[in-house]
Amino acid sequence: MSVELGHFALIMAFATALIQTLLPMWGAVARDPALAGMARYSAFVTFGLVLIAYLALTMAYIGSDFSVANVAMNSHSTKPLIYKISGVWSNHEGSMLLWVMILVLFAALVALRGGGMPERLLASVLSVQGAIACAFLLFIILTSNPFARLSDVPFDGQGLNPILEDPGLAIHPPMLYLGYVGFSIAFSFAVGALVHGRIDAVWARFVRPWTLLAWIFLTLGIAMGSYWAYYELGWGGWWFWDPVENASLMPWLMGTALLHSTVVMEKRDALKVWTILLSILTFSLSLLGTFLVRSGVITSVHSFASDPARGIFILGILTLFIGGGLALFAWRAPSLKQGGLFAPISREGALVVNNLFLATSAVAVLVGTLYPLVLETLNGSKISVGAPYFNLTAVPLFVCLLILVPFGQSLAWKRGDLVGVGQRLLAAFGLAIVAMMVTFALTRGGPVAAPLGLGLGVWLIAGSATDVITRCYRRGLHWKVVVERAFGLPRSAWGTALAHAGMGITVIGISATAWGVESLAVVAKHEPLIVGPYTVSLEQAFKRKGEGFREDVAQFSVTEGAVARGLIESSKRIHTGREMPTTEAGIVTYGFGQLYASVNEILPDGRVSIRFYWKPLVTLIWGGAIVMALGGALSLADRRARIALSAKNKRALSMKAEAKA
Amino acid sequence: MRRFLALLLVGFLVTTPLHAVEPDEILKDQKLEERARALSSELRCLVCQNQSIDDSHAPLAKDLRVLVRQKLVGGDSDDAIRAFLVDRYGEFILLKPRFSADTLILWITPFCLLALGGLFLIRKSRKAAETQVAVLDGAEQARLAELLNAENSTGS
Repeated sequence: MSVELGHFALIMAFATALIQTLLPMWGAVARDPALAGMARYSAFVTFGLVLIAYLALTMAYIGSDFSVANVAMNSHSTKPLIYKISGVWSNHEGSMLLWVMILVLFAALVALRGGGMPERLLASVLSVQGAIACAFLLFIILTSNPFARLSDVPFDGQGLNPILEDPGLAIHPPMLYLGYVGFSIAFSFAVGALVHGRIDAVWARFVRPWTLLAWIFLTLGIAMGSYWAYYELGWGGWWFWDPVENASLMPWLMGTALLHSTVVMEKRDALKVWTILLSILTFSLSLLGTFLVRSGVITSVHSFASDPARGIFILGILTLFIGGGLALFAWRAPSLKQGGLFAPISREGALVVNNLFLATSAVAVLVGTLYPLVLETLNGSKISVGAPYFNLTAVPLFVCLLILVPFGQSLAWKRGDLVGVGQRLLAAFGLAIVAMMVTFALTRGGPVAAPLGLGLGVWLIAGSATDVITRCYRRGLHWKVVVERAFGLPRSAWGTALAHAGMGITVIGISATAWGVESLAVVAKHEPLIVGPYTVSLEQAFKRKGEGFREDVAQFSVTEGAVARGLIESSKRIHTGREMPTTEAGIVTYGFGQLYASVNEILPDGRVSIRFYWKPLVTLIWGGAIVMALGGALSLADRRARIALSAKNKRALSMKAEAKA
Repeated sequence: MRRFLALLLVGFLVTTPLHAVEPDEILKDQKLEERARALSSELRCLVCQNQSIDDSHAPLAKDLRVLVRQKLVGGDSDDAIRAFLVDRYGEFILLKPRFSADTLILWITPFCLLALGGLFLIRKSRKAAETQVAVLDGAEQARLAELLNAENSTGS
């Protein structure tokens, strides 16, 4: 019953989303406040209906209602509750429903917090959101119905794909979708601005928090996905330049560019047309990511649905929104008033350079990801574009950009003083060089790239510290005043410093992978194996049964010198239901490094074929991403970014906006 | 910090890196083995999804790893081995596509884009500089400097 209710609610949601698309836009163009006012209410109703549909499906999962095809195929009555709930988005239909739910949630939030926005802008933003929701709701209803019933109800479900049965899965997709879909707000604002032919600093002030929010979630989502692949796929890599990973990296790069260009727009009322274009491109790349993953154009763990009809439908959606957005841009952008010109040596000039590098690297990733597909369609040649390509194109761009970051951070707005910046950064630069030299000397004969990368990371962190210090410390100031000034700094300044330092931390973690040690051997019981600073020896190999699986476990003891450092175990696991084997890696964290064990095979004579890695500082890769997200959150908490303005400001802002119209 | 550096140091001196994919495949000659690793990390496992033969557990990947090592021991150059594999399996096996008419656009796009964008920015900033020169005369310039100084001393 509730399943049918969910299905019905979904269809109703399509109807209300259609209303949300058409009436407010009409109202906005015809300047009819009553029609424009429909936007907020229809956004709330659409969200409510999609929420009902979503909860209905979740209830079917929790109640193990195997008469629903989707539940029967992706759940099992013995699954722990968390995997029943996360099972909803473990499959194509459910994850699309989650996608749409997040989309309409964002629209409802904009409607809720958009009280201070000019009415016409709000109406057109919500209208575009409605149009996107319409397209995807139609996609679900026509090609991917999660509520389809089975005539033959099975006794039990088929269970979840064991790779997906993991706490990582419970968090990774929602995070990623919050990021992808969050960028739709920037897209809608861009289209709204193009429709009105008006764009100003107020626009940027409304867009920025949403972009920042999406960026935080996408950052965390990508980091989660990377860590999940690292421990689940069992060969210790954390980034594979896989098309699916690239699909999430592209919007992140473009979104990071957007984040920086909105700052310029907000502060200096410049870069307007470029910011609009970036908004469109960022969400286009999010849609492209959805398409790549969902259509089955690329084969990977993620594309659980390879149905050509779905692919063509999503391609249609893609064409409509990307093509439509860009066409609108080409038509209307020339009529937008360009922002002021500015000096190249200034904060805004540096941010433009940042945008150039980020956008170019996003394009490099895009070209590398799609090139094999396009080439094969054009002339039938099959080529591969793998990690070596990206290491030669995108990575050098990243490195150039990161070297420049501390300079940009220290430059003043309007007119920067490069010599002064150089002097201020001298200490940070010295620190980076010393760090590089010391590690180089200590690891002589080792990989050269690692100390260089470490130096770059230190440069970023020290550069951020310099920025904060020069803002609150001056020789002769009493320490109390310094602390006071530090507290008095805007949170966005702290946020920037923290995010850039987080990037530095990640860079150090990545560089340190070059120092990783791999030991591979077939070992007998108590036979020592040296892995970096540690010695491991096989304690026992045994069979074990767990909830929903059975496994062959190899257990090792770890010693460092003469000190025992505990046990580490890795197993070959067979999941009941699907009888699918997986390798469970054993990971123990020492300091910031990790010892990683992955069993190949347990031989009949009791010996174990095992692969060990010692990965120094590897946790910094993800730790840095968390610091970046924290920096983003701090910026979001800044007074300037809050949308809920005081009543006075609100009136002043909307008056200013109207006056400019 | 010292502890960490010491740890790294120990990591380096104590271990002779056992660069190998499966224990029985390791070549005795360390130089050759290193080349084998570098080479196989750029070769695609044909039956996997976007994995190099160096990472893959698939039997075909193992066969290819052994083949690469045999060729290396036989004295073939890296390029000769690549050419041999492309002959046998097509360009698809190379994770790093070779520069050719087919891959021209792939390789030059990022750099062209960066160059074009850079040129555009340089031209634009020149223009900005020119307009500024045109607008301000000496007296205005002095007044501007005065204002800027005032701002610098009160602000920041």
